[in-house]
Amino acid sequence: MNQAIRHSWIAAIAMFALIFGAISYVQVVGADELKANPWNRRAILQNYCNDRGAILVGGSAIAESVPGNESCKFQRKYNQPELYAGLTGYFSRSYGVTGLEGAMDAQLAGSSDQLFFDRIGQLFLGNQPKGASVELTIDPKIQKLAYDLIPDGQRGSIVVTDPKTGNILAMVSKPSYDPNLIATQDVAKEQAAYNEAIKVPGVNLNPSVSGPTGALLAPGSVFKLVDTAAALNSGKYNADSVLPNPAQMSFPGIQYQLPNYAGGNCYTRNTASFAFALQQSCNTPFARIALDLGQKAIGDQAAKFGFGQDLGDQLKLDYANKPFPEEELDQAGLAQSAIGQRDVRATPLQIALMTSAIANGGVQMAPNLIKAVRSPDLRVIDEPKPVALRTSTTPEIAGQITDWMTSVVNEGIASGAGVPGVQVAGKTGTAELGNGLNNSWFTGFAPANDPQVSVTVVMQGVDITTGAQLTSPNAKKIFEAVLNK
Amino acid sequence: MSHADTMPKPRRNVELLLLVLALSVSIGANALISIDEQTSLDTDFWFQSSLLAVASLVFHVVLRLRAKYADPVILPLVVALNGLGLAMIHRLDAPGDDTGNNQLRWTVIAMAVAIAVIWFLKDHRVLRRFTYISLAVSALLLILPLVPGISAGEILGARVWIRLGPMTFQPGEVAKITLAIFFAGYLSSNRDLIMLAGRKIGPMQFPRFKDMGPMITAWLVSIGVLIFQRDLGSSVLFFGLFIVMIYVATSRISWVVIGLTLILGGGFVASKVFSHVALRIDSWLNAFTEEVFGRSPGGSGQIVEGLFGMASGGLVGTGLGQGRPNLVPFANSDMIIASFGEELGLIGLFAIVMMYLLLFTRGFRAALGTRDAFGKLLACGLSFAVALQCFVVIGGVTRLIPLTGLTTPFLAAGGSSLLANWIIVGLLLMISHTARGPVDTSPMQPGRTPEAQKPAPVAGGRQDRNATQTLPDAPTEAVKHL
Repeated sequence: MNQAIRHSWIAAIAMFALIFGAISYVQVVGADELKANPWNRRAILQNYCNDRGAILVGGSAIAESVPGNESCKFQRKYNQPELYAGLTGYFSRSYGVTGLEGAMDAQLAGSSDQLFFDRIGQLFLGNQPKGASVELTIDPKIQKLAYDLIPDGQRGSIVVTDPKTGNILAMVSKPSYDPNLIATQDVAKEQAAYNEAIKVPGVNLNPSVSGPTGALLAPGSVFKLVDTAAALNSGKYNADSVLPNPAQMSFPGIQYQLPNYAGGNCYTRNTASFAFALQQSCNTPFARIALDLGQKAIGDQAAKFGFGQDLGDQLKLDYANKPFPEEELDQAGLAQSAIGQRDVRATPLQIALMTSAIANGGVQMAPNLIKAVRSPDLRVIDEPKPVALRTSTTPEIAGQITDWMTSVVNEGIASGAGVPGVQVAGKTGTAELGNGLNNSWFTGFAPANDPQVSVTVVMQGVDITTGAQLTSPNAKKIFEAVLNK
Repeated sequence: MSHADTMPKPRRNVELLLLVLALSVSIGANALISIDEQTSLDTDFWFQSSLLAVASLVFHVVLRLRAKYADPVILPLVVALNGLGLAMIHRLDAPGDDTGNNQLRWTVIAMAVAIAVIWFLKDHRVLRRFTYISLAVSALLLILPLVPGISAGEILGARVWIRLGPMTFQPGEVAKITLAIFFAGYLSSNRDLIMLAGRKIGPMQFPRFKDMGPMITAWLVSIGVLIFQRDLGSSVLFFGLFIVMIYVATSRISWVVIGLTLILGGGFVASKVFSHVALRIDSWLNAFTEEVFGRSPGGSGQIVEGLFGMASGGLVGTGLGQGRPNLVPFANSDMIIASFGEELGLIGLFAIVMMYLLLFTRGFRAALGTRDAFGKLLACGLSFAVALQCFVVIGGVTRLIPLTGLTTPFLAAGGSSLLANWIIVGLLLMISHTARGPVDTSPMQPGRTPEAQKPAPVAGGRQDRNATQTLPDAPTEAVKHL
């Protein structure tokens, strides 16, 4: 019997040897991998209760850490939460960090290398770790104006940039949510608020896409600016080109007919100049150009405007981006895509960048939200300079397109965007959603000869009339507000 | 057979010294946590600490009076484990939670019951008379959670609790002991029959079918627990207990082979037939896939969060009270090992596992040392059960094996588990007392302990090779140290 007892003991020891091995594996060998796992909330929680830096707009904090309770010394607080939710994102115990809170986490938490010496100081003085504050390029007045221009209950986005620097002056979308509710320390309330917010169509709490940077929408006729640039760039077309303008286009082998917009003046002419085609946003001339140049030429020009391209590190927000379709399109498909329908998708920010590139003589500046990063003792540790991302087109072509875009506002269907005494350049777009409703776009800049501001407006799911009222006239109000400042 | 040459030493002073050490570890841990939480040691802390100290010292004094030859290492080990568990549960209590105090109440109750066992039992061999009563009690205990009215219903997918007034109790924990007593009693009486009959195939001797009765019973009990109570952990534990006891009783490796075949077969069928078993296995194998991680119930979130916690602890841990073990669901019960791993690190967790290793090793030593087959089987079975339970729990938490719902002995929050494990400690102490004490050569009263009458006629008369070898069962030299 004793021998069997010894054997049982050896079996038990063998089980424990396995346990020792398993513990060592989890805590030493595999530990780094486990720590780096994106589901691991411990990294966020490490500084959840710390004094995190503020996010500032126009000198006042839109996100700051205020003294919390006993167990958690600091609590994140968002001022004007709905207005800035698309930019700040949230800092949540259960749902992680999104938006600028996530993108600037190293600076805000104080763990950035730039703050190394501050950390050493805090270590010796025994102070609470304190993060750097981040000052945004946002103009609070423009931000508020833009937000209020989207009616409550309407889904829409507005992006306002300075085309010469790439600085974003305003970026809003509706509906919004209150990040305070998701940043609360009460886990039950936090979960309830999150589950409530994700039910609202248009509110995107996904960490990887948020606000105006994340909504992928069909750009509609706004995309014709890409066709125009591609046409001029090919050398086959110039300012004097006469474009065929049939009322509708048919394609070999299929029933589909691509029509011109019935409501405008397109049907009055069988041929059109570029200026007229853009003014009235005729479909068939641009479809014809695309078929003539081929899919690759259109796709390349779209990429030069940033479609499917990296928007640069300066943009501290994650974004969703989509290239012009890469798989081979049939003729009808190419024609539809060339007028911004079918498979073409863009975010409001992408369209804003395209327009800004035209305004800036063909050079696309990297979008930027960060004016300055300041250490806790207010020393500036980072001040991003304007960065040219890529050349979208030549200054000549950009100038030519600008001329035509001014005629769109002066004589065409974007007349609502006109500002007295200022030359505004613009382009409208209407992307059909198939249910009688549209995504209605306006993108443009002013003054045309020395662009100070570029404005992109999109209203989702509206009828033609409502779209016309909510896009160009709203753009006008923003132009006025920025230029008369 | 030279054990009578020197008088055995009680070594109670060694125990006292170790007990002081164990108490300082437990109370020290509690102090660290209390300081962390409210920056001063309040009356709660002093009350908890003195209660644990007083209970442990009373236990020690009872051992001096009633079982002075008991193994001096067992009690300090258990006090240290129980004290660490109390400290961690207290640390994990959110404001307003009472789990820590509840655990303290149960600790005192469990120690009192263990003391009563030692005080009134006097000799573990008495239990042999309750062989079949134990079987009946076991059956009753296992059926209770299924009885309407008493049953606490399904809690977290398992039906293993009963409701006693405001409290819930897990009778299966106690059934572990009564089943061990039944098996020890049954096997010590019938081992000759089971061992000698049977057919030899190759090097292994296989039992006759009718002798497989206990094994089949065990298998049915385990499967029954698995099906009706949905308790995978207990099912594995019961069956492991039976295999080991039959093996020790017969010294036949064939029993282990048959046992493992049955458990593998049962496990395979269960994994195909029962969704709760299949879910456990799936969330073990595919723990890091998104769909499994977020699934509720039966997701891998708990295991993965536990692994994150242990990983963040690393080699030296975050320090008691400095980590975030409460991110893990059931941090104070099922996952308390992960909580310790996070805050005490690899080094601290190794120390804890080492304490379990020493504890069950002491139990095996008592089994080696005691002279009666019943005591050997009981001590060995109970010690192996403790080891197996640790393996199943810690293996589950570290994703070595699928996670099952078992408690970590002495550490995890839970009154029934504490009570059962303290009773096991009481029994092991009793058995080690007879193992280490002087050989009682005085004649036993007839009928009191059947073993006492057997040795004389049996010594030379047995034909079986194994039996003649093992019957003297003298303590080894090592047993006499400490």
